[in-house]
Amino acid sequence: MSDEVVAAVASAHRRDWARVLAATAQLTRDLDLAEECTQDAYAQALRVWAHSGVPDRPGAWLTQVARNRARDVLRRESRFRRAMPLLVADETLPGPEDGLAADGRLRLIFTCCHPALGREAQVALTLRLVCGLSTADVARAFVVREATVAARITRAKKKIATARIPYRVPGPDQLGERVGAVLQVVHLIFTTGHTAPDGPDLIRCDLTRCAVDLARMLHLLMPNDAEVTALLALLLLNDARAASRVGPDGRMRLLADQDRSLWDAALIAEGAALLTGALRGGPPTRYAVEAAIAAVHAEAPTWADTDWTEIVQLYGVLSRIWPGSPVVALNRAVAVGMRDGPQAGLDALEPLLGEPALAGYGYLSAARADLLRRLGRLPEAAAAYREALLLTANEVERAFLTERLDQVR
Amino acid sequence: MAKYMLLIYGDAAQWEAMTPGERAAHDAAHRAFAEAAGSRIVGGGELETAPSATTVRGGADGDLITTDGPFLDTKEAVGGFYLIEAGDLDEVLALTALLPEVAAAHSAVEVRPMVFHG
Repeated sequence: MSDEVVAAVASAHRRDWARVLAATAQLTRDLDLAEECTQDAYAQALRVWAHSGVPDRPGAWLTQVARNRARDVLRRESRFRRAMPLLVADETLPGPEDGLAADGRLRLIFTCCHPALGREAQVALTLRLVCGLSTADVARAFVVREATVAARITRAKKKIATARIPYRVPGPDQLGERVGAVLQVVHLIFTTGHTAPDGPDLIRCDLTRCAVDLARMLHLLMPNDAEVTALLALLLLNDARAASRVGPDGRMRLLADQDRSLWDAALIAEGAALLTGALRGGPPTRYAVEAAIAAVHAEAPTWADTDWTEIVQLYGVLSRIWPGSPVVALNRAVAVGMRDGPQAGLDALEPLLGEPALAGYGYLSAARADLLRRLGRLPEAAAAYREALLLTANEVERAFLTERLDQVR
Repeated sequence: MAKYMLLIYGDAAQWEAMTPGERAAHDAAHRAFAEAAGSRIVGGGELETAPSATTVRGGADGDLITTDGPFLDTKEAVGGFYLIEAGDLDEVLALTALLPEVAAAHSAVEVRPMVFHG
């Protein structure tokens, strides 16, 4: 099999999976069957394209094959299938005049992120059905057993059918709240990929790419939603730094030590332009402020030249939009430590040490360790680094913390 | 179409402590719900409080055991219900949001689909 065919199938997988599955689910009104037929169509593409070449419109080819396969199965099993609860879908396919509802991928993602499903189920379903990740990859991303993810997905699909969660883009009265849930899922997928909770790699590129693709799709379909625009800006501005976060020696580089020439200038420019759009009209959303913070970092020529006053102010704005978030308070304390020196940072961090929500949050210990190190309080810094080491299973992060620990010992 | 049971849970002591004004607003909200739901309401009603419940179960030797009180002895209990017929969950959730028990801090509404025996 030629590399070209494999690459074409992989690219069609990334670009068209959700579209093919959505179009097939519309026909089958059964997510399981739609998933099977979609997977089947990609397997066939590998075989057929090797012989007859890659079609002009791979997505359309795959959709047709998946839907034909679904029709066969439905014909054969019609009596058996009639007894099962079906996906509630509108009988007629929406036309272009229906606006948002016209894109099958949106129906799919709104169904996967329905608030009647738990957050873990929403994330697993989105990764499996919308991004086309295997159950094994989803399990690896969230450090759970594959059987657990499979059970979670099965249970969620069953609830979609029995509780009749509709396969539909919600109407205007419910859309705002539902978009929020979708964005939270996309954001969680990105942050999980940005620093993998476990394993040999700092970044799980399949997850960050999946999240960026989802955010791009949502922005394309809902260009006037400021929150969607802000989330895309945030993801692009963070993703722009990916190449510099691990050095050529495989070691983690903090923002302070990154080679800024490796940052993706095109992504930064795109993110900054989107952010400007998102801030126009209306008060800023949580994602817009986070994107603004990322933009200040992205546009600073060096770590030392970063506008820390502005960063501290932005964290202040963020804590008003998102009151009571201890993670925001922690990040603000780190920025205060840069603006006013390590003692001020440590003072700002102090009230967070007893915060139950941060118990087990390794970045609190790591931030404290760094401030203590800068103050020359080395034995305390070493203790804090040891504590941070207990709280991460990511090997690249562990190597970094071990190195810092050795320096202060 | 499918049927859904809306189980209204809450703290009976707080329901009983409502002032006449609160009670009137509460009843008005239920009337507004009924108007919005229209013919989709198959049935429903307010239940007497849990101490009025009688629970019946079978004993080890096949006896009938009748006990005073609810099956689950909790502070928050079912205080009422609606049986609704609707096309999908979103339709039911939009109606459920109108119920005053959703807004009150001590209560909530559980939405359960009924098994369809075709």
